[in-house]
Amino acid sequence: MNLFDYVRPASVAEAVAAGSQPGAAYLAAGTNLLDLMKGGALRPGRLVDVTRLPGLDRIETLADGGMRIGAMVRNADLARDPAFAAAYPAVAEALLSGASPQLRNAATVGGNLMQHTRCAYFHDAASACNRRDPGAGCDARGGENRNHAVLGWSDACIATHPSDFCVPLVALDAVVEIEGPDGRRDVALEDFHRLPGTTPERETVLRAGELITALRLPPEAGGFRTHARYLKLRERTSFAFAIVSAAAMLRIEGGTIQSARLALGGVAAKPWRAKAAEELLIGAAPTVESFATAAEAALTEAMPSGDNAYKIELAKRVLKCALLLAADGTPRRMPALPASVFNFDTGCHSHA
Amino acid sequence: MPLSISLVVNGVRKDVVLEDPRVTLLDLLRERVGLTGTKKGCDRGQCGACTVLVDGRRINACLALAVSLDGADVLTIEGLAKGGQLDPVQAAFIAHDGFQCGFCTPGQIMSAVGLIREGEAGDDPERIREGMSGNLCRCGAYVGIIEAVRDARKQLAISANEDRRVA
Ligand SMILES: Cc1cc2nc3c(=O)[nH]c(=O)nc-3n(C[C@H](O)[C@H](O)[C@H](O)COP(=O)(O)OP(=O)(O)OC[C@H]3O[C@@H](n4cnc5c(N)ncnc54)[C@H](O)[C@@H]3O)c2cc1C
Ligand code: SF4
Ligand code: FES
Ligand code: FES
Repeated sequence: MNLFDYVRPASVAEAVAAGSQPGAAYLAAGTNLLDLMKGGALRPGRLVDVTRLPGLDRIETLADGGMRIGAMVRNADLARDPAFAAAYPAVAEALLSGASPQLRNAATVGGNLMQHTRCAYFHDAASACNRRDPGAGCDARGGENRNHAVLGWSDACIATHPSDFCVPLVALDAVVEIEGPDGRRDVALEDFHRLPGTTPERETVLRAGELITALRLPPEAGGFRTHARYLKLRERTSFAFAIVSAAAMLRIEGGTIQSARLALGGVAAKPWRAKAAEELLIGAAPTVESFATAAEAALTEAMPSGDNAYKIELAKRVLKCALLLAADGTPRRMPALPASVFNFDTGCHSHA
Repeated sequence: MPLSISLVVNGVRKDVVLEDPRVTLLDLLRERVGLTGTKKGCDRGQCGACTVLVDGRRINACLALAVSLDGADVLTIEGLAKGGQLDPVQAAFIAHDGFQCGFCTPGQIMSAVGLIREGEAGDDPERIREGMSGNLCRCGAYVGIIEAVRDARKQLAISANEDRRVA
């Protein structure tokens, strides 16, 4: 790990001033940042500790019926918050399917959004990586790339964004609240993470010194609570990143789908909203046929970026399966294995 | 610039001066405070051998910067037994053979203490297994570990009831 200066500002304004200096990085729980610094992949000259900033650890219900979650709220506390879990059960399920209980007790909302790709070449300081070192090349092309992107990738970078949390959030039109040297602004989560294009080193739209202060859910996001699921395929039962995952949320009245919210994880450099597929479902019956058609539509633009064509078919099946589970209804209690295909107690259609 | 921090470790206040800030809570406990019960397995958040309770919550000490936790209350495996009497979780690991080589055991036990305090797994073996998924065991002692956690939870519930009756 490189040597760095450590500062602990007392206010958001002080944090932004300290975080705007060249080479500075914000430190939340450090579960991603310290990991990358230990391997030498990231070498910030100054860490600005934001864990004690006042007012960033609250979960509030807003007057319009939406919710605001402070950037320092811990992942486990959010998943366990009764009002939050009742309103957005697929988000709670996604949170509980991520990492381990110890990591979720530490990891923050802001850090989860900002976590870097798990591409092994990004983590290995000795490998060529355009995302870490612009212009260096990409060792994942022609390397180990079976878990890389099938949507939105470019010749410069084929990495995926690893967050589970962000997948249902993007489907629910979550908004990121940001404070920076030029004041406050809001950015839709859908526009927050960038596709790589020719500048994969710019992972998000955050400008130098900008700090995430909160995440906001609009009032409509609470309308999907009765039919909301997250499904995550992993290489082992638990404590593993997604190969592919899907969030499916439905509003069903009189046997007809009124509206649908769909997103995929593990397929692109951002949580991938599937709007075309959502539109196909409006007015349809919640049947396996309409779900298969929607899943097909969600992946029409998909292309393998290496040894990963299997992920396209897998993503379709996971999305179809998530839709079937959502149509069955949100389980009354969180499944023993959140987001897992191995939930025998919730009657999972586990043939994905 | 040296940094002075102060932690309460197993009920005892520890003032430590760090020459530079690159010290994790795990290295601080093992190298500066002399408590080597907390183990370093992967040092990257992947195995759970370094699990301790910070302000009552289980976390991975290897991915926490010590200076950021200035003022925190830390409980490690060394602080669990009281007056020569094993904690019920420790006793249950022995009774159920919840280990073989023992390297993962301090982390498993601290994780189990955290899980029981979180209170969500109940007696359901599936939920306990998932609740212990942040702790790997190379010896594969999982069957005994799950039984130990179930048993310890029952013992703790019984003694909590007895305390209430006495009070
Ligand atoms: C072994 C392991 C397994 C994991 N498995 C999963 C998984 O299955 N699913 C999953 O979703 N995640 C998983 N994770 C990732 C985990 O969720 C993240 O490490 C965590 O959410 C990061 O939060 P943090 O508070 O520790 O962030 P930090 O590590 O402190 O920061 C991460 C990044 O965000 C920046 N940052 C932090 N806060 C802010 C802010 N408020 N504003 C602007 N920038 C900020 C930091 O500068 C840094 O670049 C896993 C991690 C590990 C180590
Ligand atoms: S895929 Fe992206 S992150 Fe991975 S090595 Fe290539 S440029 Fe780097
Ligand atoms: S040593 Fe901390 S998780 Fe492995
Ligand atoms: S007892 Fe040997 S690693 Fe668990």
